[in-house]
Amino acid sequence: MPVIYMDNNATTKVDPAVLEEMLPYFSEQYGNPSSMHMFGGMVGRKLSEARERVAASFGCQPGEIIFNACGTEGDNTAIRSALASQPDKRHIITTRVEHPAVLNLVKHLERKGYEATYLGVDEQGRLDLEELRDAIRHDTALISVMFANNETGVIFPIKEIAEIAKERGVLMHTDAVQVLGKVPFDLKDIPVDFLAVSGHKVHAPKGVGAMFVRKGVQFRPFMMGGHQEHGRRAGTENTTGIIGLGKACELAMGNVTHENTVVRALRDKLEKKLIEAVPDTRINGVVDSRLPNTTSLAFQFVEGESILLMLDAFGVCASSGSACTSGSLEPSHVLRAMGVPFTYAHGSIRFSLSRFNTEADVDLVVAELPKIIHRLREISPFKRTEGEAPACTC
Amino acid sequence: MWEYTDKVREHFINPKNVGEIADASCVGEVGSLACGDALKLFLKVDENDRIVDAKFQTFGCASAIASSSALTEMIKGKTVDEAMDVSNQDIAEFLGGLPKEKMHCSVMGKEALEAAVANLRGLPMAPHEEGEVVCECFGVTDTTIRKAIAENNLKTVEEITDFTKAGGGCGKCLDKLADLLAESKGGLKPLQPVAPARPTGLTNLQRMKLISKIIDEEISPSLQKDGGNIELVDVDGKTVLVQLRGACSSCKSSQLTLKQFVEKRLRDAVDPDLVVEEVR
Repeated sequence: MPVIYMDNNATTKVDPAVLEEMLPYFSEQYGNPSSMHMFGGMVGRKLSEARERVAASFGCQPGEIIFNACGTEGDNTAIRSALASQPDKRHIITTRVEHPAVLNLVKHLERKGYEATYLGVDEQGRLDLEELRDAIRHDTALISVMFANNETGVIFPIKEIAEIAKERGVLMHTDAVQVLGKVPFDLKDIPVDFLAVSGHKVHAPKGVGAMFVRKGVQFRPFMMGGHQEHGRRAGTENTTGIIGLGKACELAMGNVTHENTVVRALRDKLEKKLIEAVPDTRINGVVDSRLPNTTSLAFQFVEGESILLMLDAFGVCASSGSACTSGSLEPSHVLRAMGVPFTYAHGSIRFSLSRFNTEADVDLVVAELPKIIHRLREISPFKRTEGEAPACTC
Repeated sequence: MWEYTDKVREHFINPKNVGEIADASCVGEVGSLACGDALKLFLKVDENDRIVDAKFQTFGCASAIASSSALTEMIKGKTVDEAMDVSNQDIAEFLGGLPKEKMHCSVMGKEALEAAVANLRGLPMAPHEEGEVVCECFGVTDTTIRKAIAENNLKTVEEITDFTKAGGGCGKCLDKLADLLAESKGGLKPLQPVAPARPTGLTNLQRMKLISKIIDEEISPSLQKDGGNIELVDVDGKTVLVQLRGACSSCKSSQLTLKQFVEKRLRDAVDPDLVVEEVR
């Protein structure tokens, strides 16, 4: 059974061209880029090329790129660096809908004596920039706001937020893991100080990431050791991963229009057809400012894990904001922050497409999913005919 | 991805006995939409008190649907009394086991059965309305929690959450859960005012020795029962520095243990101002 992969916000397929670029560096070209000999030096030159490719896709200087292991590392490094370089500032501003890489770190820092403000979102997942302005204090060390939300695809106005931060003299970090390759951005126009991305979300392999640190911004390394990455990220480079990420960024620049036309059209069709076919369905998140590949659909009266497992029987891969799938007992923190009613939140499914999806993929989901929802609603004791959901003791 | 057994998958994909019984003898309802799972159980009972038909409607994950299906299969043909002997472990075993985080699905099955039988006997809806609500997020009462601890021999706060969902939301009730757990464990009973009168006017040396004695003779053996241990590192004024060992060192509720059990015991026995801190 072929796999119909619509979970690209979780991870993506390595592009064949990326794999091809990487392969020689697993076998023949295994040198250490830090070595003095030509054999290692050749790998070092390839890493420089990768750095230039990543920088080109960000609109920054190659010297502003640090390679690391993942998006989480970039987030941790940026936040900890901003705090370490300003020891007198003890306040952090972030949002309630960040990825756990930011959220759990900030919660941890609160236990260590820092103070944090978590900006809320409205029912469509949007931030209130006035709330942000009001939250900034004289001792605010950093504003960390994601570029786009992984669950709903809602894009935040990072340029405006970064301008507010700059105007108020506060450092600004953005987790851009979900936007790379999906939304064009240029760091010459967006005055963020730090930005983090991850390889495996843009058709490069897992285990490699990159962060941007604006020239002139004080930086405190997270990883100590050797002089790799000019002493800013110690540890022997993941050469193949970095080469793959460089190639993936180059491809992403070429494909970003495709993402915003072809992939967007597939997403729109999927969304529209499912809403037409399944009553009591809604979209989580503001419709007109979303990643082109993402839709978060909420089906009332059914539970997400059950939907996913039934989709799995057709080889369809998606994800859910329901409680049961996350291992926690409550629906996703993003949907709760948006105030999505429980009757919908438990039945939320995220489809995230990529350039490897086809019209046939969409057609299959459109054909099968309504039947699945219908079947689960038959099993469910809750029905629309009963009117509003019963009051809960919870 | 949850690791479900083939039996769970089978009862999820092709659940048995789905639907309503129009002329049901009784109905049992537990859970709610907000909680993320709910089960409505219909029973048809004949004049000999035998369950001749059982059907269900479930909102929830695969294991909730499978547990409901399993329950109806297990109780059909049994007398009501025989059916009441089916425990949540029996449901889980029938399905070849459930992931531990999903055990609450089997508990929900058992609760629906109890609710249906209470309905049949004309009793108030048990067990949800009995006792005091401990977990407000999921509406779980102390009665339900005590029962789950006793029936499933639960040893940690996390296990209580796995089996009853209590504590899985905001976490505000975790302290109360630890208390209920402590209360159920003979070994931890001395938490309650059994403690001997607190000595007064101790010298520093006497205080340190007393702390050391209580840790070695009471607290440490009690933690060892759960595969953990504790070691006294230092006493700095009113601060007692300890290191957790074994299962405790990796246990998520170790901070609760530290505050709810170790600190409380030492405060009761030695000095109400003592603060216990973990050295890592």
